[in-house]
Amino acid sequence: MFSSHRHDDLKEMLDSNKDSLKLEAMKRIVAMIARGKNASDLFPAVVKNVACKNIEVKKLVYVYLVRYAEEQQDLALLSISTFQRGLKDPNQLIRASALRVLSSIRVTIIVPIMMLAIKEAASDMSPYVRKTAAHAIPKLYSLDPEQKDQLIEVIEKLLADKTTLVAGSVVMAFEEVCPERIDLIHKNYRKLCNLLIDVEEWGQVVIINMLTRYARTQFLNPNINEGGSGDKTFYGSDEDEDEDEEEKEKKPYVMDPDHRLLLRNTKPLLQSRNAAVVMAVAQLYFHLAPKAEVGVIAKALVRLLRSHSEVQYVVLQNVATMSIKRRGMFEPYLKSFYIRSTDPTQIKVLKLEVLTNLANETNISTILREFQTYIKSMDKDFVAATIQAIGRCATNISEVRDTCLNGLVQLLSNRDELVVAESVVVIKKLLQMQPEKHSDIIKHMAKLTDNIQVPMARASILWLIGEYCEHVPKIAPDVLRKMAKSFTNEEDIVKLQIINLAAKLYLTNSKQTKLLTQYVLNLAKYDQNYDIRDRARFIRQLIVPTEKSGALSKYAKKLFLALKPAPVLESPFKDRDHFQLGSLSHLLNAKAGGYQELPDWPEAAPDPSVRNVEVKESVRAVGTVTHRDTGALWGPQRMEGSESCSFPRAVPQRGVFLQTIAPSSALKSYELLHRITGEGLSVEYCFSRQPFSPDANMVAVQMQFTNSASSDTKNLHIEDVKLQSGMRVKEFPEIELLPAGETATAVMGIDFCDSTQAANFQLCTHTRKFFVSIQPPVGELMRPVFLTENEFKKEQGQLMGMNEITEKLTLDVKCRNEHAIVQRVTTAANLSRVPCGSDKECRFAGRTVTSGSLVLVTVATKEEGAAQLTVNCEKMVIGTMLVKDILQALTQ
Amino acid sequence: MIHSLFLINASGDIFLEKHWKSVVSRSVCDYFFEAQERATEPENVPPVIPTPHHYLISVLRHHIYFVAVIQSEVPPLFVIEFLHRVVDTFQDYFGVCTEAAIKDNVVVVYELLEEMLDNGFPLATESNILKELIKPPTILRTMVNTITGSTNVGEQLPTGQLSVVPWRRTGVKYTNNEAYFDVVEEIDAIIDKSGSTITAEIQGVIDACVKLTGMPDLTLSFMNPRLLDDVSFHPCVRFKRWEAERILSFIPPDGNFRLLSYHVSSQNLVAIPVYVKHNITFREGSSQGRFDLTLGPKQTMGKAVESVLVSSQLPRGVLNANLNPSQGTYTFDPVTKLLTWDVGKINPQKLPSLKGTMSLQAGASKPDENPTINIQFKIQQMAISGLKVNRLDMYGEKYKPFKGIKYMTKAGKFQICPYNTPFTGFSLTVLTNQIHVFR
Repeated sequence: MFSSHRHDDLKEMLDSNKDSLKLEAMKRIVAMIARGKNASDLFPAVVKNVACKNIEVKKLVYVYLVRYAEEQQDLALLSISTFQRGLKDPNQLIRASALRVLSSIRVTIIVPIMMLAIKEAASDMSPYVRKTAAHAIPKLYSLDPEQKDQLIEVIEKLLADKTTLVAGSVVMAFEEVCPERIDLIHKNYRKLCNLLIDVEEWGQVVIINMLTRYARTQFLNPNINEGGSGDKTFYGSDEDEDEDEEEKEKKPYVMDPDHRLLLRNTKPLLQSRNAAVVMAVAQLYFHLAPKAEVGVIAKALVRLLRSHSEVQYVVLQNVATMSIKRRGMFEPYLKSFYIRSTDPTQIKVLKLEVLTNLANETNISTILREFQTYIKSMDKDFVAATIQAIGRCATNISEVRDTCLNGLVQLLSNRDELVVAESVVVIKKLLQMQPEKHSDIIKHMAKLTDNIQVPMARASILWLIGEYCEHVPKIAPDVLRKMAKSFTNEEDIVKLQIINLAAKLYLTNSKQTKLLTQYVLNLAKYDQNYDIRDRARFIRQLIVPTEKSGALSKYAKKLFLALKPAPVLESPFKDRDHFQLGSLSHLLNAKAGGYQELPDWPEAAPDPSVRNVEVKESVRAVGTVTHRDTGALWGPQRMEGSESCSFPRAVPQRGVFLQTIAPSSALKSYELLHRITGEGLSVEYCFSRQPFSPDANMVAVQMQFTNSASSDTKNLHIEDVKLQSGMRVKEFPEIELLPAGETATAVMGIDFCDSTQAANFQLCTHTRKFFVSIQPPVGELMRPVFLTENEFKKEQGQLMGMNEITEKLTLDVKCRNEHAIVQRVTTAANLSRVPCGSDKECRFAGRTVTSGSLVLVTVATKEEGAAQLTVNCEKMVIGTMLVKDILQALTQ
Repeated sequence: MIHSLFLINASGDIFLEKHWKSVVSRSVCDYFFEAQERATEPENVPPVIPTPHHYLISVLRHHIYFVAVIQSEVPPLFVIEFLHRVVDTFQDYFGVCTEAAIKDNVVVVYELLEEMLDNGFPLATESNILKELIKPPTILRTMVNTITGSTNVGEQLPTGQLSVVPWRRTGVKYTNNEAYFDVVEEIDAIIDKSGSTITAEIQGVIDACVKLTGMPDLTLSFMNPRLLDDVSFHPCVRFKRWEAERILSFIPPDGNFRLLSYHVSSQNLVAIPVYVKHNITFREGSSQGRFDLTLGPKQTMGKAVESVLVSSQLPRGVLNANLNPSQGTYTFDPVTKLLTWDVGKINPQKLPSLKGTMSLQAGASKPDENPTINIQFKIQQMAISGLKVNRLDMYGEKYKPFKGIKYMTKAGKFQICPYNTPFTGFSLTVLTNQIHVFR
């Protein structure tokens, strides 16, 4: 009764003519949905408003529709025609929105309509609509998996799309629908690599993860020559530094340029603000990069440790796995894993894990000292974990085994029982490695049985005494005596160990302990716990020879006192890297649904030509230009395909902020270091004629380093700068690594003080130093300025007399038109042209970089190639030299 | 990807749910509650919890758990990062992200969530795009809306989605054009009792508030960019330009955003701006303990150390503390045993101190001495690393903007640990002595 009238007021409001009432009703309905209340009975009233004019009402109706359409399939069909109309709208955003809602309605009957809509949208003019189509693909696939083949066709088409907007979404669809169709990626591989930096963050994560898998199927293991025949366990087990030890009969490894492309294009993303992107790149490097290059990810991962605790949690899990294989990578950041009292316990425990993995002979004393403070923590779970960590350090590093053991023995006198108990358990494991050396510790522990109450600890002590009763022949029977007394009050695990102890003593020292053993076994026989009763019967039969027991009792000693292997204390993160790092499966150490295995490297590389794409040269050039790459912001490919439409779009003119006038192709480069003298390292420099932004009074010198040696060059930097007084140098940032065969560029600034004196300095690598010098042509000591014709004349009028130099000349035959003159002058000197009314004259203006003195150049042409060159400059030396240079440029 | 989202408050009520695919029953949260019970502290709930059919990935912020339901393999960080982005967006929209704010604005919240994910995959997470689609509620707008019946939904379509600079909305206009940059540095340090530094690091951020008309193109350069060891950028920053010239060149988003976070290379010695002398002792057999703590400035380059707050977790055996601060106020919570002392500003002429006695549980054994001490402070007008912005230039627009740069240093995780290094115990020399004892 009541329920049928429920929401009547809402229904009335929805039926009214006023948008404000409808809106109010929809808001209340959405609030109900948000709280998880059922609002499905309103479906007919709501669906009527699907074509409402008011945008907010319409949006809220969509929200409702998507939520309940699955439950009310028939009624939902009523709304379909509205969306079908929307799909044809001239406005791309309305088309996209219609497709988005249509594809979100989970009603099987409209699958054919959705399929058609997706196909159409996939060839829409607008990249935004195509993006929406890509989003719709997994929705349709989850609704009806039978559509897979048709959907793959659409995916293939969208993968070929050249816009960054689509790339992330379509790879997402690919991963959900057909991750096994790696062949679809070939032709798009290079494009995806090149677009990557401009794709939105979430798309980047998906693309990087997919490309990691792709690379594992297509390229060769870059570390193949390092560890036997690529045997995982071998090179994983230890840091082997002696790589060049054995030269095998193997082809030298050459990295596929496409493999290199992927590594190069993902590296800058380590600087992303998005932790998921950083992690994606980190796992890519871990799984794909040559060992020497993996190190770059450590810094970025350590940075993530500053983030929210959930991020830390995930990152630490991955670092724990990585630090087992590549310990060296994180060693410099050891202190970043130190634990703070404010960390949550789960973070503390993970950091402890990493610290333990990083421990080696050199840093162990620092780490143990850290551990020592942790033991004082009030967080008892963490203290227990610390003690176990000490145990693991002790087993892994034999040098400190005794130290650790003694430290742990000291802990046995700790006030906190939990600490003592945990120490006992760990000491037990350690003693198992060399019991004979440590009978005094066993004695010490035997004494503890009087005080310690934690069952696990008591059990461990008893086991130790039993196992090594020969080392403590006097104490052992006494312990058993005490235990027999308290047997009935002990916990079950302790009782079991008492029986064990009794049995072992009976076998080694039956004279003293026969009666005690019988007593204990009798007590156990009537215990409440059937495990204990069973154990007692079993042991009695085994050790006490009777007529029935026969053969077995002869071997009792072998059974009980067999040499037991020492427990292996190893990281729970060992070998977890067979899961792709950063994945959910890795975190849980179990395969999650939909997880794609990371394939092993292929033995021989598949044909690399599958990735070749035939493109018109012009298109290709555009396709690879991205705004973050070049600083030229808007690569035209972004616009491609979008409607020449009514949306306001800001396209600043390039010229506004690219103020350089000199054509960059005309830059002349000079040699700084020859390949032979530089032992494989060659350096060229040119005056880039860009303003040097750290210091406007400096000339920007662009240097190009090429490493043509066979080994990497590291730490390229400048030292020992020798300058004339007043000159200054702004060094380029140190280049940490220049791999063999690579080139790098850097920009340095030099203040030449408006003189052509050379700047001398040493160019240093990690192995060598080279003396080099840079001497500027006079034309590079100035920067262009804009003057109007009148300003030019006015300034020129003030720079007469000694400041003016005039030369007559005959122009070179090829240099008799205006264009050629302008080009030759601007090549010789960094000047800008001044507009001029007469076509017989060319004027140029600039200022010297340091002092800002004006430099004015006039070339007046006459008949038959005769001309007159005038230079006005306050600095006479500059003027004279400039005249000489320009003369030479114009006459030859 | 992300199937559903549940918001759970501190008392365990699910107060909001949103589904992007088929509906997942809220009973799935029972697994979360189980894990919550097992965890002793709220922040110890594992961020990833497997259940028979789903995986729950959660973040805890402002005492609200944001629990995402996942059905298949997805990078956990992807989900975690997204959830944090959701929280940031709420905070941006409502000023605070509390249960009350979310409940009051439930429709806006729903509209936001609808735009942020499509079929569980992030669609629009840039604040500038979202603000174009859904206007943040303000008191004025709410009033106008109730009277006129107009809406919060922007009339505009999401043009930002189509832009090549998706982080910036188009058609921005201001009468006063301003760009403010805050350089905020935090020192994380562990100092031992004698005052020597065990580890110290500086982490910094540059937060910007840019209100500039049109499409400005900014460059920001530093006097000493070499200090920056590791950086992460807002997507607007041109990476190549930074690599080559160490200049930040970018078209800024409109409004507030974090331009850069950085780490100052650890090779540089970190200046420690405060020192602490403390002596907290208990005598065996006595029910009283002595407490003595003095603070002082150190390496502050003449700037005042402000908003100083000292906190320490005293041992469990302490019943109460009777202390006398020379300035500020202190509180001791007898339940959590947390001592906090709100010091205020440090006057170098008269150093602040806190002295007195602590009473112990009768008969309890002597507690550990000298608990860890955490310190918070602020220093205005100084970046402790010495980082300095050289200049800010604007291209692409003609007007002259007003530019401002502010520096500040704060304590991050700044703690004084109770022991002196080197510790006794595990060093090798001690080992040999003990071996003798044992033999």
